[in-house]
Amino acid sequence: MIENLDPGLVDWSRAQFALTALYHWLFVPLTLGITFIIAFMETIYVKTGDPEWKKITKFWMTLFGINFAIGVATGIILEFEFGTNWSNYSWFVGDIFGAPLAIEGIMAFFLESTFIAVMFFGWNKVSKKFHLLSTWLVAFGSNLSALWILVANGWMQSPVGMHFNPETARNEMLNFWDVLLSPIAINKFLHTITSGYVLAAIFVIGVSAWFLLKGREQLLAKRSIVISSVFGLLSCLFLIYTGDGSAYQVAQKQPMKLAAMEGLYQGSEGAGLVVLGIPTPGKQFDDQKDDYLFKFEIPKLLSFLGYGDVNAFVPGVKDLISGGYEYNNTNGIKETALSAEQKIEKGKISINALKNYKHAKENNDSEKLKESLDLFNENFKYFGYGFLNDPKSIIPNVPLTFYSFHIMVSLGFYFILFFSLSLLFIYKDDIEPRKWFLRLAILTIPLAYIASLSGWIVAEVGRQPWTIQDLLPTVAAVSQIDASAVQITFFLFTIIFTALLIAEIRIMTKQIHIGPKEGGH
Amino acid sequence: MHIKNLIKRIFLFYYEGFKDMTVGKKLWVIIFIKLFIMFAILKIFFFPDFLKSNFNTDKERSEYVINQLTNSKTTDHD
Repeated sequence: MIENLDPGLVDWSRAQFALTALYHWLFVPLTLGITFIIAFMETIYVKTGDPEWKKITKFWMTLFGINFAIGVATGIILEFEFGTNWSNYSWFVGDIFGAPLAIEGIMAFFLESTFIAVMFFGWNKVSKKFHLLSTWLVAFGSNLSALWILVANGWMQSPVGMHFNPETARNEMLNFWDVLLSPIAINKFLHTITSGYVLAAIFVIGVSAWFLLKGREQLLAKRSIVISSVFGLLSCLFLIYTGDGSAYQVAQKQPMKLAAMEGLYQGSEGAGLVVLGIPTPGKQFDDQKDDYLFKFEIPKLLSFLGYGDVNAFVPGVKDLISGGYEYNNTNGIKETALSAEQKIEKGKISINALKNYKHAKENNDSEKLKESLDLFNENFKYFGYGFLNDPKSIIPNVPLTFYSFHIMVSLGFYFILFFSLSLLFIYKDDIEPRKWFLRLAILTIPLAYIASLSGWIVAEVGRQPWTIQDLLPTVAAVSQIDASAVQITFFLFTIIFTALLIAEIRIMTKQIHIGPKEGGH
Repeated sequence: MHIKNLIKRIFLFYYEGFKDMTVGKKLWVIIFIKLFIMFAILKIFFFPDFLKSNFNTDKERSEYVINQLTNSKTTDHD
């Protein structure tokens, strides 16, 4: 029974999932972006026939191969965890994830067994054009592969296109296109893959800068910087656009996450966007402390970005707990927001109705069956709240979400400056004497990873306590297993993933030291 | 005959590709060790599918999950 649940089990299961997801994500974004950079380079090689471009392409392809080999299948661990640690969740999700994940699996298999093989083994064995086509297909394929995973994640953030079957306790897909084209999923996909492009561009520039500092492979380094600076700058600009789209969706569908991202406890009309600030440590939603120790904000910008109106009301944590403010629902109709307590009450009505429905079914009581089903459906949108006791349970970790969000955004703007300078210096052909910039380029590589991981922390920590927004909190999603079993695998994964990361860094740095060479990969 | 040739060409494509590998050979070793740890150790000994291993039919599984969900009292924790 859930009431006997060990809180430690939920925390360890969450910690384990966070650990594996974050480690998995260390390998993914480079693959998403570098495949396109390689495809651009190979396209120039095929067009010009210049063997130097082939050498450049093969060098980056080898580094891509290392990252791909170390990272491949690390995501499977997450699926293991769904089945073992999150069985209620896995069951509840029903067939929603089935189609996207099956497509992802089939696509990944064919992609990896055919086109990647042609990419690595096909030099001098297939025509130049077919080889180039394979490289482009690997780039598009790996990104499409990410689409299906991110669609599944988008559904958890904003469940659409489904119907909950009370007889099986599973969600059933009603409309595949609603799931696929959900605005939150599309924004998430575009924002995530673009962040991968930015990271890959920074990686290529950073490694090229190392060659320039060492006085080696100047042509390779400079050509790589040109391609990556253009690709990185364009990606960064698109990243801002998709980030704006994501923030808009968060404001509509996950207002508590938006409040946590901004450290906003007390909502207001014409709310400003905090550019820089320190949230008051230990701040509780119901105390009298100021929200920030200090802040620098752009007036009215949060209202504008979140609701397209400079005077719109942006609810803070306190408002979301207390309710009573007016907002436009998904149909554009003005409604008064419920308090967290009212939602919890409705959630409990829904859970109770499900229980009664089950009893009525067993007793063949058709009148009770209909009555309980109607009551269940009426309150289902608050189903997950019924598992909560305390209204403040719906508040995520505000400082972690706030700082992660601001680190991500600040680094995003720094990357624009970085790519612009890189492009300027390479255009003026005086990048080599600027040792400070070359050193900065190397130091920017870990910053790109920090920005990327921060983005995921915002997305996932900011939506706590939900595994599926409003429908299933972590406490109801977890399996009734022994917390010590989860602890053991947590430490096992820490060892395995750390070993993989060390292997990746060692093999990668060794290969960079060796530099481009003739022959196989 | 044509299919036989095609299969042979595909085999040789992969065979020669693997043979000519340099850093790739080390990577394949890592991939195999990783897959072995994941599927032969972790999946079998540490990650059985909770519902599949405890229940035989989907009906039993759904009844269990409904029980889990509907027999909750207040359940959250900070």
